[in-house]
Amino acid sequence: MRKTRVIWAVLVAMVVAVTSWAATYAAPVRMGPVTDEWGVVRVARGQPITIAYWLVVAGPDASLGVDSRRGIEIAIDDKKTVAGHPIRLIGEDSGCNAEGGTTAATKLAANRQIVAAIGSSCSSEAVPGAPILCKQGIVTVSPSNTAPKLTDPKRGPEYACYLRTAHNDLVQGRAAAQFAYHQLGVRRAATIHDGSPYAEGLANVFADVFKRLGGTITSQEAIQPTDTDMRPVLTRIAAGRPQLIYYPIFIAAGGHITRQAKEVSGLENVKLMSADGTFSPDFWKAAGEAARGMYHSSPDLSVEALGPKYQQFLDKHQKKYGEKPLSAFHAHAYDAAMMIFTAIEKVARKDAQGNTYIGRKALRDALFATRNFPGITGTLTCNPYGDCADPKIAVYQTISADPAKWSPGVDPKKIWSMKR
Amino acid sequence: MWRAGLVFGALIWFVSLAGLVEALHARWVVDGVVSAGQVLLWGVVVASGWVGARRAPGALVSRLGWGLFSGATAGFCLGLLAWLGGQVDLRSVFINASPVLFQLLSAGLQPPQAWLAAVLAGSVLGLVGAAGAVAPKGLVRPLLAGLGAGVSLGMFQELVLLVLQPEGLAAVREWLFVASGGPTAHGVGAVALASAAAAALRPALSAGGRTVGLSFRAGRVLWIVVGIALLALLPVAGGPFVAQVLVLVGLYTLMGLGLNLEVGLAGLLDLGFVAFFAIGAYTVGLLTSVGQHGIAHWSFWAAVPVAVLVSLVAGVILGIPVLGIRGDYLAIATLGFGEIVRLLVLSDALRPWLGGSQGVLSIPKPVLGGWELSGPQHLYYLTVVASAVVAYVAWRLQESRLGRAWMAIREDEDVAEALGINLVSVKLLAYGLGAAFAGVGGAIFAVMVGSVFPHSFQLLISIQVLALIIVGGMGSIPGVVVGSAVLIGLPELLREFGEFRFLVYGAALVAMMLLRPEGLLPAAAQRRELHAEESGSALQPWAVGAGGGA
Amino acid sequence: MATATLQRPRAPRWSFVDAFLWAFRLVVVVVVAWGTVGTLRLGRYTGEQWLDFFVFGLAQGGIYALIALGYTMVYGILRMINFAHGEVFMSGAYTAYFVAAPLATSGFLNRHPLLSLSLLVAVAAVVSLSVAVLVERVAYRPLRRAPRLVPLITAIGASFFLQYAFRGLFGSGFKAYPEFELFKGQWEVFGVGILRTQAVVLASAAVLMFALYQFVMRTKVGKAMRAVSEDKDAAALMGIDVDRIIVLTFAIGGAAAGAAGILYALVFKQVHFFMGFVPGIKAFTSAVLGGIGNIPGAMLGGLFLGVVESVGPALFLDGLGIVAPYQLKDVIAFTMLVMVLIFRPQGILGERLAAKRA
Repeated sequence: MRKTRVIWAVLVAMVVAVTSWAATYAAPVRMGPVTDEWGVVRVARGQPITIAYWLVVAGPDASLGVDSRRGIEIAIDDKKTVAGHPIRLIGEDSGCNAEGGTTAATKLAANRQIVAAIGSSCSSEAVPGAPILCKQGIVTVSPSNTAPKLTDPKRGPEYACYLRTAHNDLVQGRAAAQFAYHQLGVRRAATIHDGSPYAEGLANVFADVFKRLGGTITSQEAIQPTDTDMRPVLTRIAAGRPQLIYYPIFIAAGGHITRQAKEVSGLENVKLMSADGTFSPDFWKAAGEAARGMYHSSPDLSVEALGPKYQQFLDKHQKKYGEKPLSAFHAHAYDAAMMIFTAIEKVARKDAQGNTYIGRKALRDALFATRNFPGITGTLTCNPYGDCADPKIAVYQTISADPAKWSPGVDPKKIWSMKR
Repeated sequence: MWRAGLVFGALIWFVSLAGLVEALHARWVVDGVVSAGQVLLWGVVVASGWVGARRAPGALVSRLGWGLFSGATAGFCLGLLAWLGGQVDLRSVFINASPVLFQLLSAGLQPPQAWLAAVLAGSVLGLVGAAGAVAPKGLVRPLLAGLGAGVSLGMFQELVLLVLQPEGLAAVREWLFVASGGPTAHGVGAVALASAAAAALRPALSAGGRTVGLSFRAGRVLWIVVGIALLALLPVAGGPFVAQVLVLVGLYTLMGLGLNLEVGLAGLLDLGFVAFFAIGAYTVGLLTSVGQHGIAHWSFWAAVPVAVLVSLVAGVILGIPVLGIRGDYLAIATLGFGEIVRLLVLSDALRPWLGGSQGVLSIPKPVLGGWELSGPQHLYYLTVVASAVVAYVAWRLQESRLGRAWMAIREDEDVAEALGINLVSVKLLAYGLGAAFAGVGGAIFAVMVGSVFPHSFQLLISIQVLALIIVGGMGSIPGVVVGSAVLIGLPELLREFGEFRFLVYGAALVAMMLLRPEGLLPAAAQRRELHAEESGSALQPWAVGAGGGA
Repeated sequence: MATATLQRPRAPRWSFVDAFLWAFRLVVVVVVAWGTVGTLRLGRYTGEQWLDFFVFGLAQGGIYALIALGYTMVYGILRMINFAHGEVFMSGAYTAYFVAAPLATSGFLNRHPLLSLSLLVAVAAVVSLSVAVLVERVAYRPLRRAPRLVPLITAIGASFFLQYAFRGLFGSGFKAYPEFELFKGQWEVFGVGILRTQAVVLASAAVLMFALYQFVMRTKVGKAMRAVSEDKDAAALMGIDVDRIIVLTFAIGGAAAGAAGILYALVFKQVHFFMGFVPGIKAFTSAVLGGIGNIPGAMLGGLFLGVVESVGPALFLDGLGIVAPYQLKDVIAFTMLVMVLIFRPQGILGERLAAKRA
């Protein structure tokens, strides 16, 4: 008797809740001078325009997200105001995993003041996270997602608000394979990944292209990122007698592989090659002298390739944070932020009182319409699926392996750059 | 007693150098006046006075004196750190020893004055703490409640702001908070006052309720109705983010209910419980995905029973090899199972079927009567209903013959067997049913994220589930809910301090277990036993695997 | 797996479980044998490479064994899983870095390598010892009479707290230990080349195990430890200060973990706040494999685990045509663990008695 009453109470309460919630859902499409299908953000006169990041700024992968966040912060310092408003940056840690991406995106999506977002750091965050933002009409530009599927022509309408300034893995993997085959003249190669979607994707692209060029992949190995003893897996690789090992993984495990490769019999003369995940002075600390002579494929971050704008960026970075960039995607983040600011200025409308109105769909369309945008990482043009990068991939060779001498372009020395 | 000041002084050093103070300093408790970092520093000094006075024997004056001394010592330590920061470069070792920190510690004063000021301020704050320790409880409690509410408003301000987003609430928002900044002084004051008043009036209110004639039972029904209404309205009021956090709490509740059958009732320690969560998630993912790895393109509703069944079978199959293994051997064997499942779904060898590290993508949302349950606010209701059903099943199981058999083997396997309990089937049922509950959680997780990645099934989840059922109170179903709200919900709401999440989490686990070893909401039987134990009875502490005979 | 044997629910009481277990053993043995034969027929690896796999495995096992010794000592006395032991190991190695770095930049390290190494071991041992004793005092002692899972939770809490305390204090990046010139390169032992660092690790593990074993078996304190392990109350009645003995056990276990930390740093160079977690779990596995509470067992379990992880993937999985077998090395390790526990529920060297009571 009492039980049934309780159950009825539950049901009634739920119906009330759901209907009241559904009633609040209808978003206004017209506000001030702007009409927009996805909704409009109103920024009162003198109030800041809110931009949000969702990047991995805590946990073991924090250097990736903090690097990008600093790029955004420098862009804000440079731009100062957008459409006459100051810029406010808020953000969420996205943890470099799918749940973190979901929660961070949900939290941002709940905030109606956010005009646009920058993120995510890791592709696994963007897969579930981007559709959550898209649903609320918040456009997001990622500075460091490289997974091909995110901008695949078959990606589906739930990613309609997603763009990126980072290069697609297809580009880097192909460049690395071409360099190994044509430039180094290597015919037998092995790959190692660490089970992260990034490394697995890159290693597979490398292997595919290398095979297509006519080379042989002797083995495709995988490790755990927490592994420390790589000698057994390296011994297995040695059994295939490769001339080169490509391991596009992260610093800790990459350091162990680099150090231990020379200690395994049969690999004394093998060439080592890694990717942008280990392209950092910290890697030299991890790998020590064993890093000398090894290769990295990475976005071309040399001043010659990017021009004086990048040098100015580096100077500002040094002044503001007292150190060199932590990872490889600060410039991409800077460009993402600048692209967004430009698009906002294109679509923002003011009313008589000086309040600003920004249409969400209009902003999205303006970003996708970006053509020949002069960024630090190149001249950016967005394709209909959100790939905006002007990919410049270069290969670097380590000379000294002394972290104090880290200076991309000089040491590690740039020895090859992708022809476009 | 004299040690209290030094211990708390060391604590000040720790929270400062670990970066906690500076991180909290970025958050206003009263905009432009007090930051959370300052509250933390002062709070530690006050606590030192409180403990100093509590530990001290004797008369009121001597206790106050000891409190003052403890506070002064803690202040001295604070001053020492501030002075040291100016003298040597601590940052080459302690990365968080930033200029901002020392600016904050020395309150902008020059070193000698700052040190003196720290000792003086410490004495005053220590005296305040000591006064709190000696004052009557009726006075201290409302004060603490008020302070707590005021600080909470500052700590959870992002959440409060999210809730106050609708235009209709703009007036409240603007009264409580400075535009794009922290809480206003009058806002904090009002909240603190209200909370203090409520705490002060609570005994009177409940007594009043009794005299008016609200029977105990009627009060309970009232609470249930209020609780249900709250549960139903929370995501509506809180918006999608709150709903998302509640969905996570619900998922951990589901896992906790499952593990509670194994550990709490049957006494089978399991450190690999995430395996069944993963199996549930992958089953739904593979059966419903419209992407590359989908095999059946079923609807969610058709896939859930299969997921539950698969998890159940997996629980039984993984249970069989470890039937004869007890205690800590069982812990490591099950931990191994959890890792094996994660590594298998991650492996390149099974990638053609399970997607490897790229996961299973494009899992459609459940559709109910032509209506897609898409956002967290929809999934919240799904999770609540699932949790309620599972909790009901768990409750019936607990009260059943099977439940009593589980408790019997928990207490003593040999005696249970002698009583005619079939150890094999009873244990396997515990593994299987526990796994099935986790499978339900995994199924919802798969549609919540819309994709399944191996990286979501780390050992950490098994550990968190175990922690939450023990913190909640083992063997107690409400305890599971409370445990997951405290250990999963609270940290999620404080995401901004992500870097310090596990630091505080670890400290909180230790503190909770020291203060309430029986958990927050223990099952009645356990509370009885624990207290029998304390009073020196000859009862063996009931434990997994009968305590290893120690 | 062999679900086909899950038949006839009305079968007599033990039979279907027994059948399943036998099937499980059979399947594992057949898979292992099939894989092994397949691998050997492939002829992918030379004899020298097999030897390399084995030696690398032994060396890694030596590290596991070093940590497992402390684990097993604490377990032997208190019958509790000191989940924070991995963090005790980390704290010593991490802190000693701040001594090693200036030693290296001043050049002292390579002028007096043995002296420096002893100094580093001493620093690490003292730090680890203090952390272990502190954890015991704060998180375990007040709960000595609580249900058994409660200290397990405080141990997990302490483990998180220590990890993130070190992270907060010293940062989330890693520190790279300096290179000892003395330990570069290889030594030839019986015609087998073994890396010097690995030889040092193996020798230290053996010495430490021997010393601990002698200490526990021969000295008066050791006897008291064994008494406390048998029965705390009876030991107290015999005039043994139980609290003191427990603190002493934590101190010795901690010091051993600190020494292990330096040896780990010697081999792998990187130290960071999370470095203790995985080795801690592996050491726990080793201790269980060998028979938890048993000192030579911990050593044996560690070496066994190391060798299985190193040789196993190449030997068992290669022949089955499984790609990237080293990704699955923990699958092999844990399957072997379960196999050992099915055959001998008390571990390789565990006592029968313990099986009944544990």
